[in-house]
Amino acid sequence: MPQPNTKTLIIEPSQGWVALKLRELWRYRELLYFLTWRDIKVRYKQTLIGGVWAILQPVLTMIVFSLFFGGLAKMPSDGVPYPIFSYAALVPWTLFANGMTQSSNSLVGSANLIKKVYFPRLIVPLASVMSNVVDFVLAFVVLIVMMLFFGIVPTEQIIWLPLLVLLALITSLGVGLWLSAMNVQFRDIRYVVPFLVQLWLFITPIAYPSSLITNDLLKLLYAINPMTGVVEGFRWALLGTQTAPGAVILVSSLAAVILLVSGAYYFRRMERSFADVV
Amino acid sequence: MSELALDVQGISKRYYIGGRVEAYRTFRDALTETVSAPFRRIAGVLRGQTHAASNAEQSFWALQDVSFQVKPGEAIGIIGRNGAGKSTLLKILSQITEPTKGRAAITGRIGSLLEVGTGFHQELTGRENIFLNGAILGMTRSEIASKFDEIVAFAEVDKFIDTPVKHYSSGMYLRLAFAVAAHLEPEILLVDEVLAVGDVVFQRKCLGKMSEVSGQGRTVLFVSHNMGAISNLCRRTICLDKGRIIDDGDTEAVVRRYLERTNAELPQDGYVDLSRHDRGSWLAERHSQLNWVRLSDGRGRQSGVFAEGDPITVEVGFSLGKQASIIQLGCVVSINSSELFTVPSPEYDSGYEPGDFETRMRIAPNYLRDGGYEISLKLFVDGIRQDTLSVITRFQMVSNLSADDTSAYLKKWVSGPLRFDYGWDPLAKTTQPAVESGG
Repeated sequence: MPQPNTKTLIIEPSQGWVALKLRELWRYRELLYFLTWRDIKVRYKQTLIGGVWAILQPVLTMIVFSLFFGGLAKMPSDGVPYPIFSYAALVPWTLFANGMTQSSNSLVGSANLIKKVYFPRLIVPLASVMSNVVDFVLAFVVLIVMMLFFGIVPTEQIIWLPLLVLLALITSLGVGLWLSAMNVQFRDIRYVVPFLVQLWLFITPIAYPSSLITNDLLKLLYAINPMTGVVEGFRWALLGTQTAPGAVILVSSLAAVILLVSGAYYFRRMERSFADVV
Repeated sequence: MSELALDVQGISKRYYIGGRVEAYRTFRDALTETVSAPFRRIAGVLRGQTHAASNAEQSFWALQDVSFQVKPGEAIGIIGRNGAGKSTLLKILSQITEPTKGRAAITGRIGSLLEVGTGFHQELTGRENIFLNGAILGMTRSEIASKFDEIVAFAEVDKFIDTPVKHYSSGMYLRLAFAVAAHLEPEILLVDEVLAVGDVVFQRKCLGKMSEVSGQGRTVLFVSHNMGAISNLCRRTICLDKGRIIDDGDTEAVVRRYLERTNAELPQDGYVDLSRHDRGSWLAERHSQLNWVRLSDGRGRQSGVFAEGDPITVEVGFSLGKQASIIQLGCVVSINSSELFTVPSPEYDSGYEPGDFETRMRIAPNYLRDGGYEISLKLFVDGIRQDTLSVITRFQMVSNLSADDTSAYLKKWVSGPLRFDYGWDPLAKTTQPAVESGG
């Protein structure tokens, strides 16, 4: 909350790496709330089926995966029915992928705002990522329905779920910060993002189980992709797959935090030129 | 408070103009350049270098070594020609962009009105936009809620408050946008000329609000081309030219010297090519612009000098770079940069494809008395200001009566720039009191 302050604000050219100014970010939390709320409110305006889009995307992917990977290719699925095996992964994946795509374009999309008024720019990609949480909740409801249908009772491991969602958000924001800041200067990023999402989908164990990898060292290497930890964690917490992903999640979390922190510093470093270049 | 509200020390700002200075010399150079440039750039990005920082690009200084101090409660006008760096200065002080050199210390909560309606979303209702816009301008939710009724009343949009703003007329949209901004209560207020359109009554309201703010002892920095407004609101004025402060002091003196300089340089042969006019840095997002303006008399003769009995036609040409549904122009006629009257065009709303357009504004004969007048033009596309050129040409009105005409002598005795259909009746002898005393 920007309050009347008698503190003196100093404006001068910044050099090199600069502080993240998290305290200031906190003061502007209401703006974060309003921008997130705007993104949610506006997203499905003037569409025919509105919020159904949030569900359609993972559900249709799940159906295609089930037909081709589950049905035709007889992909193993860690002892649970293939449709729910893939859907439990697609729900956090969609959260991550949409968050990353939207935050990458967020700064360019808010050019008008950035050129006209000051606020911590970090709020822009952050709001883009947060606005996807609503879509995630809708898709998650479908997941619960499917679990009821397949008669799967979650174990007490489900308490870890919020942390796994957080891990997905951190990863999404981390990548989003890097890409959105780059996108301001190089509109190439616009073409990179869809391609990146596609590749990332294949290197994440969504259509297949990571148990296909048997070498322990390779498995940890594989977990450097933070979404591996998220997806494996989701299946373990909800469906009770016997994959014991502790080490994997640990490596993934570490990678995600590194991505976020480096992304935030890179973003802040580039921030000084946003208003001039965007 | 003895402390300074604003202490600006040697602020400079460099902008880069895209495009390389040197052309490729040979095809081979071009080829190697195409292959190696991306790698060099990527390496630069990874080092955190900004793209613009490469030396091969041209740069210009929008501000150079600007220093001044403002005491709390002072209202300061900032004047200067198009592209003098006024807006850049406000952008730096409101932290939108960083200075390249220099330092500014600001004591007190700062609020800026660089453009009203920032962050308004077409799909959201008036109510929702008030909250969103308020938050963007730095107000808290409770602050906005407590002023909500006041804002709605000020904007006069009560009936449409739950209608998406895309259905608003551009006047309503602007009124609402200004209303939110006007209810911001910072200790230091930065204002860029925002009183661009809107009907006369509303413009007056806005100016009233501004003087109210400065009357409350808050610090105001006011950028404007309207010398009348500057003189009313500010006691001290700073004049910028090509990014430097060239004058700073008592408003009256600064404005007078500014006008002397400008008047000497203004074209007055009735035609101005506007396409290469300096417009400053805010126009990065511009897609449409004013191209030329031509003044002519009733017989289509181009001129900068008119007789009082001549009709005056202001022809304006502009190019539209994007498909648009509504186009509106505004023409301001001023004397010594103080607005005399503004004539907004109708909202041309039949839908337009990109291309060149022209239209004209007419001033009927016998309304302007002899003297010098200036013209400023504005172009709005779909409610967004695309171009503003202040005081771009001037014309002279001359009396068409010969000096030995006795009635001409009497007419000269009338003063003031405007002439209406006024006149006196012949004298009559009073036979009874005009006003009967009440009994």
